[in-house]
Amino acid sequence: MITEKEPMKPTDWAERVASGDRRALARVISFLENDDRQGVEVLKELYSRTGRAHVIGITGPPGAGKSSLLDKIIGELRSQGKTVGVVAVDPTSPFSGGAILGDRVRMQGWTGDAGVYIRSMGTRGSLGGLARATYGTIQLLDAAGFDYVLVETVGVGQSEVDIVRVADTVVVVTVPGLGDDIQINKAGITEIGDVFAVNKADLPGSERVATELELMLDLGNHQIWRPPVVLTVAATGQGVSELVRAAQDHYTTLQKEGKLAERRLAREKEALLLRLVERVRREILSIWAQKELSELWAALSARRLDPYTLEENVYKAWKGAKDE
Amino acid sequence: MAEEKDLRKAKEAWEQGTLAKVTARFPERKAEFTTLSGMPVERLYTPLDTAELDYERDLGFPGQYPYTRGVQPTMYRGRLWTMRQYAGFGTAEESNERYKYLLEQGQTGLSVAFDLPTQIGYDSDHPLAQGEVGKVGVAIDSLADMETLFAGIPLDKVSTSMTINAPAAVLLAMYIAVAEKQGVPSRKLSGTIQNDILKEYAARGTYIFPPKPSMRLITDIFAYCSQNLPEWNTISISGYHIREAGCTAVQEVAFTLANGIAYVEAAIRAGLNVDSFAPRLSFFFNAQMDLLEEVAKFRAARRLWARIMKERFGAKDPRSMMLRFHTQTAGCALTAQQPDNNIIRVTIQALAAVLGGTQSLHTNSRDEALSLPTEESVRIALRTQQIIAYESGVTNTIDPLAGSYAVESMTNRIEKEAQAYLERIDKLGGAVAAIEQGFIQREIQESAYAYQRAVESGERIVVGVNKFQVENEQPPEIHKVDPEVERRQCAKLNELRANRDNGKVSQVLAELREAAKGDDNLMPYILESVRAYATLGEICGVLREVFGEYQPAVIF
Amino acid sequence: MERPIRVLVAKPGLDGHDRGAKVLARALRDAGMEVIYTGLRQTPEQIVEAALQEDVDVIGLSCLSGAHNHLFPRVTQLLKEKQAEDILVLGGGIIPEEDIPGLLAAGISAVFTPGTPTSAVIDYIKEHVKR
Ligand code: B12
Ligand SMILES: Nc1nc2c(ncn2[C@@H]2O[C@H](COP(=O)(O)OP(=O)(O)OP(=O)(O)O)[C@@H](O)[C@H]2O)c(=O)[nH]1
Ligand SMILES: [Mg+2]
Repeated sequence: MITEKEPMKPTDWAERVASGDRRALARVISFLENDDRQGVEVLKELYSRTGRAHVIGITGPPGAGKSSLLDKIIGELRSQGKTVGVVAVDPTSPFSGGAILGDRVRMQGWTGDAGVYIRSMGTRGSLGGLARATYGTIQLLDAAGFDYVLVETVGVGQSEVDIVRVADTVVVVTVPGLGDDIQINKAGITEIGDVFAVNKADLPGSERVATELELMLDLGNHQIWRPPVVLTVAATGQGVSELVRAAQDHYTTLQKEGKLAERRLAREKEALLLRLVERVRREILSIWAQKELSELWAALSARRLDPYTLEENVYKAWKGAKDE
Repeated sequence: MAEEKDLRKAKEAWEQGTLAKVTARFPERKAEFTTLSGMPVERLYTPLDTAELDYERDLGFPGQYPYTRGVQPTMYRGRLWTMRQYAGFGTAEESNERYKYLLEQGQTGLSVAFDLPTQIGYDSDHPLAQGEVGKVGVAIDSLADMETLFAGIPLDKVSTSMTINAPAAVLLAMYIAVAEKQGVPSRKLSGTIQNDILKEYAARGTYIFPPKPSMRLITDIFAYCSQNLPEWNTISISGYHIREAGCTAVQEVAFTLANGIAYVEAAIRAGLNVDSFAPRLSFFFNAQMDLLEEVAKFRAARRLWARIMKERFGAKDPRSMMLRFHTQTAGCALTAQQPDNNIIRVTIQALAAVLGGTQSLHTNSRDEALSLPTEESVRIALRTQQIIAYESGVTNTIDPLAGSYAVESMTNRIEKEAQAYLERIDKLGGAVAAIEQGFIQREIQESAYAYQRAVESGERIVVGVNKFQVENEQPPEIHKVDPEVERRQCAKLNELRANRDNGKVSQVLAELREAAKGDDNLMPYILESVRAYATLGEICGVLREVFGEYQPAVIF
Repeated sequence: MERPIRVLVAKPGLDGHDRGAKVLARALRDAGMEVIYTGLRQTPEQIVEAALQEDVDVIGLSCLSGAHNHLFPRVTQLLKEKQAEDILVLGGGIIPEEDIPGLLAAGISAVFTPGTPTSAVIDYIKEHVKR
């Protein structure tokens, strides 16, 4: 059983994950999801083994067919003999904290395949289209030896573009018939995509969407890579091998041009910064409720104290708390 | 309109006088009353509520457009509905016995329930069939089983309904082949195949192929039957299952008719003339607990369909406009707790179906929520129909609730709201697209969940479940399926495979494969295959290879 | 914040009755759980593998077609083989009274039949999750 009497050490977990133990992998992902410190400790052990997988992000509006496409992408990669790890993120209900994680059901056909691992994840309050544990999970899957790590974001609107912070290649999925209110350029997604899939190409209007996208992309300034636009039908798999080839071409281009390491480093730095900021934010929040402060609120409210001086005071209080 | 004004005044006076005095002292039980489906119900209906009703336009006469009052001119004064209990379990031998018993008991038509492997096109020895063979219906692997199933039952004398959908063409072909062996020509066969794949995707779950090839199989059957089985109902467009999955009365009408429209359109696209197949379309509805709402629902469905066929599809043959339907009482209203109470529930539901003008009826048994019914329970259920037919008196006059302000007003409302759904579905690109996008499934699930919450909060009372419970109920005797069925069925199948002409089988299957790739009518090829004793699993296997399998749109 | 309980709601076998499973899935979500629904026609092998990949606390098996005696014990047996008995396994649907003792003996923790309020399932899960 995985809940051993003796608590396992991070090195043990790491070893099991690296050796392809599915249960250990699944449990360490749970540590990450649940903010259990053990998760990070395991990641420390495994970081040196990461960097080998091609991480592909799939994003796009709700119901665009991201999961259905993933199902077919897995098939294409498997037929190339590659192994695939998947992280699929769905929104957590802000009211109940619960979630129905509905992506897996579209890929459930792969469940018996030893070369595929699929993990569903609720956002648990994160706003960027991914969960807080997503990045760590990608690293785990990478360290566990999967050739490809596919990440499905929640159905995104305009600002949930965290996917660019985690993926080597971002596939933006769009569909015909979204209406004028969700114009592609407005969604800001042309800037984040490395490959575009116009899915549901069996429905009317897909050609037009593709043309519009092409025109928009023509306006962009592409140094080494001009994002291609691929028409797909997830239901039949039409266009999927082309889509996968485009993602693979993007990756090799990054490698050839020496941009992959650059991109990854930038990503790692940004993630680091975010973690630090988050850490500081939490510390500040922890003194936020202190008594001393609450007296100052009254002063602020009565305009006896200005917010800028208050800022200095809070900052000092935090630093003081730190140095103790 | 002076009358209307006077009436309105009089009503207001009543409300402010007589009524107000009483409600001030004795408030009503609830602030709002609703039907089972959540449709608001007024305290009182008066001619004001049916003011816009035009008798001849909206009701007409029985057997005349728009058929609101019934599809036959004499209705039950001429002939009672067909009493048709859905049955089947275990092996073909056992089911054959049950059918003979039911016919002896006065049942007037057969209704065959198949087991799940059969419905999903797997032979009994398929790995996924393990544990399911003969459990919820009869297991049919080949023509040999079908011969046993109808042994001693003259197929020119009974009408047989078969609840079979994805592999409907195969089972129909087997039925035709059995009849041939009995010396009954196919022209003489009467009965129904359900053959309604769209509601399988939306609510029932025994789909095999994707929508396109499935629709082709259906239109192939339409075309074949219009030539060879003129008395056969080629499809039973079913709201029953959609309702059982949890939707409302309005949604039942809307989604069923939307599917009906999709079939008509597909057949027209396949080159058929609307009046060549539409008279053989039949429907299948649910009879739920809310008596008035249900009666209104049946009437609204008839009127709406007649209008659609005439106005939208330009049908000329009156029979194309008649919505003829089978009804089954609502299984999901029946409880595991105090099962005898279900007899009373079924009585009310069956009454709704009869007052709504059904053409045939299945009444559920009191042990519905426990297991397949025992013989005794089935008899009570059948007796319920017979009592309504022969003792209640409701069959003596046609459409007796017509003219009720409440019922007419609800009929109008259901028609209007269903019409609004149809418009939405048209906007989504029709029923097939709406199902592919999960629209219909989402609507059904929302309703099902709302109902569950209403029961759990006590807002809706279910006798014996959330009120009037009894402690320590003794479980009644239930029907049991012999666990040996699976082994016996697999043994028979092995024997068949060993003894038939396997060269012939490969040949007919190869021809079927080629035909499936092209666009010939597949019925003759399937008929050849079953005649050669190719199994259901083999035939569906060939079609799976060519057509692929449906990927369900699971929606929350 | 307490971590959400993760539940796999599964439909083993060929049974297509999914109304109860879907109602239950929603109710569990509304009770703050993370629910993964497998869809129809799942083999016990697929169910167990999905449960392990998703590291769920609970597997809920729903079967109304009468194949429960064949399918449910197969799931618990596979869990045992994978040393994953710390996953709580619940069953529901049309399960005759007399079959329940056998299922419990096979490692199903509890069986819920028609008429059970979903709140009873929620309470049971909260009380009995094994980790
Ligand atoms: C609705 C229904 C249908 C609908 C299903 C719609 C859908 N999408 O789900 C339709 C009309 C399509 C249908 C079809 C069939 N049905 Co049906 N159906 C029913 C019915 C009337 C109600 C089931 C229901 O949904 N209840 C409402 C939900 C909310 O309750 P529930 O599912 O019981 O779930 C509750 C509990 O059981 C429990 N629960 C359920 N699952 C789980 C899982 C877990 C983990 C937990 C904790 C709890 C739990 O909690 C839920 C909340 O209270 C039952 C009889 C009955 N009254 O129970 C027959 C019944 C289940 N059906 C039956 C049969 C035979 C069929 C068919 C196979 C008939 C045939 N031969 O073709 C078909 C084929 C269906 C298929 N594809 O598998 C039989 C099964 C007999 C048996 N097992 O021995 C029954 C018992 C009727 C009967 N007595 O003959 N059916
Ligand atoms: N017609 C058509 N429908 C498709 C296609 N791809 C997906 N769909 C349907 O679109 C719906 C949504 O598909 P999903 O794969 O769940 O979409 P998604 O983007 O993952 O959805 P979320 O994760 O909820 O944001 C389903 O009903 C699919 O069957 C396609 O190529 N053509
Ligand atoms: Mg998805």
